[in-house]
Amino acid sequence: MEWPKFAYTYDGSFAGFLTCVFTAYANQEEPACFLTHQEGQAALWPERTVDTDHERAKRVYRSLSPRLGRQGKTLVTYGFLTCLDQRELCLWDFLKLGYAKGPAVTRDLTDPRVAALNKAVLHLTREAHLLKGFTRFSDQGGVLAGEIAPKNRVLPLLRPHFAARYPEEALALYDRTHREALFCQGGKWAIVPLDQFSLNQPGHGELDYRGLWRRFYDTIAIEGRYNPKCRMTHMPKRYWGTMTEFQREDPPPADTHLRQI
Amino acid sequence: MELLDKLTILADAAKYDAACTSSGVDRRGGRGMGSTMAAGCCHSFSADGRCISLLKVLYTNRCIYDCAYCVNRRSNDLPRAAFTPRELAELTMGFYRRNYIEGLFLSSAVWVSPDRTTEEMIAALSLLRKEYGFRGYIHAKAIPGADPALTERLGLLADRLSVNIELPSQDSLHKLCPDKEKKAILAPMAQIRDGITQAKGELVKYRHAPRFAPAGQSTQMIIGATPESDRHILTLTQALYDKYKLKRVFFSAYMPVSDSALLPARRDFQPPLLREHRLYQADWLLRFYHFRAEELLDEASPNFDTRVDPKCAWALGHMDRFPVEVNRADYETLLRVPGIGVTSARRILTARRVGPLTFSGLKTLGVVLKRAQYFITCSGKMLEGLRVSPDGVLRHLVALEKPALAGDQPEQLSLF
Repeated sequence: MEWPKFAYTYDGSFAGFLTCVFTAYANQEEPACFLTHQEGQAALWPERTVDTDHERAKRVYRSLSPRLGRQGKTLVTYGFLTCLDQRELCLWDFLKLGYAKGPAVTRDLTDPRVAALNKAVLHLTREAHLLKGFTRFSDQGGVLAGEIAPKNRVLPLLRPHFAARYPEEALALYDRTHREALFCQGGKWAIVPLDQFSLNQPGHGELDYRGLWRRFYDTIAIEGRYNPKCRMTHMPKRYWGTMTEFQREDPPPADTHLRQI
Repeated sequence: MELLDKLTILADAAKYDAACTSSGVDRRGGRGMGSTMAAGCCHSFSADGRCISLLKVLYTNRCIYDCAYCVNRRSNDLPRAAFTPRELAELTMGFYRRNYIEGLFLSSAVWVSPDRTTEEMIAALSLLRKEYGFRGYIHAKAIPGADPALTERLGLLADRLSVNIELPSQDSLHKLCPDKEKKAILAPMAQIRDGITQAKGELVKYRHAPRFAPAGQSTQMIIGATPESDRHILTLTQALYDKYKLKRVFFSAYMPVSDSALLPARRDFQPPLLREHRLYQADWLLRFYHFRAEELLDEASPNFDTRVDPKCAWALGHMDRFPVEVNRADYETLLRVPGIGVTSARRILTARRVGPLTFSGLKTLGVVLKRAQYFITCSGKMLEGLRVSPDGVLRHLVALEKPALAGDQPEQLSLF
């Protein structure tokens, strides 16, 4: 028998989503769509509001590894970070299939439910890999601070990399798209929602290094091999906005008396 | 001299070095600063589309040699400079902290003598590794002719070592670099190979054994400055992989930097970029696709057809082996199908355990059928609606490559 359809509203967190999965199975309902509290859209289906319950979420989380295999678990946890359209619904479809089929589900690459999730996760991990290189930090009074504007929520994937790279530094990395910030220092870390993030005016040492880097960047290219298309293939333009080599420092304020004339 | 000027001179002098990879070794944790990842990491791409992973500089561009093809040759009138170990270490750390680079690529012109140059490089790298606690990637050039003991010390500081083989044959080397000997180039290469094997053996027995060039060694050669054929170059490449256990062989299309009578004339010279590209494609076939150089090129056709990639060219010459049945073919056979790479082949192997594959299933997997469709069957059937005679396949494949090659060979517009 088909389960009745409901529109689920939850708080947008991963634990909240897992609680939804628990609730859906417990009540034998089929989520028709997932809404977060902020969205507040009206849905066609009867609504169900799910309050995050960490105990229930943990039960679902613990079931992932034995029921879907290690690869399946990664697909679900990473899948939640992707920018896939209606990702909760895709994850729900995948989970249902996985609970029915077991760990072999990850091998069924031609199934549209698995393929869609695989593709989205690949997009996420690729973007995270690119950003391991394309992220730029500035020295802000001893703290390394940087900004990125990714499509997926890559901060959880970037954290282990940057923590290992700078074990003795304090880090702050802001994700403009999702308004989240990663803070990292001495083995401790946190990813917190943050609405406002702005960098201070760079100091002299910082400006010098930026200048040196720009000069290096411009010098290392061979003019006879100029190939802008190849550069854009490897490094799409959407990343350029936060990269030092494509930014020019603001010129010093013009002389005031010149402006009066 | 200002640091900015030095950086400009010494980066400009290093830009013709092809290798800018930071792959081959995983290292994380510990104190100090830095980590490396086996896959490598590109931090930027320059306007010529090449990856910038490492801070690629020469220690100095003052050179005692006079190689005709090289910008830094003694007789070239250029501003000369040299870093001090501290300047270089500060610069590397400053860039690394800001995540501009994955590490340092240190090469050098030969100043005073190969030994003296290597000593200077060792001084700079020790300062960086020991005093600054740098644990990122270091690629160092071993200088042919230096004392083996010095090369050994260099290898203990660096992750990857490389010795440039410079030109594809001894004759060319003799003509263009009167001061260099093939033997002198191959000697450190063999030494590094043996050092790596020994260090690996010791690492198995003792956990804290010193690591000698853990990311292996590479080399590079200039293409298009001398008359060697692709076949010669590829056979040499294969021999280098087999005999010297290299990780990579890099090719660099000759850029005219000199008016020497021994080299192609500077005027109207187009660097053989497409040829370089085809050689790299063939290099991949050697390293990841189980091809041998003899299969790809023979005496009758010593150069690659630039219209199609080497794998397509091979497949068109061996149509008796195709079409391949995707549901039954083994991994090696799948790898030989044009358009199917390592990732696609693995996915096919995984997916067909669940059920038989169809063409639409292949598309869902992410297998690009543009080329592959002419060479495969799914459950005994070719792609529906595909009517191509064997001769037509070449025409279709050439047409597929055309848009990508358009920039290289402008075609005359014909009105009538």
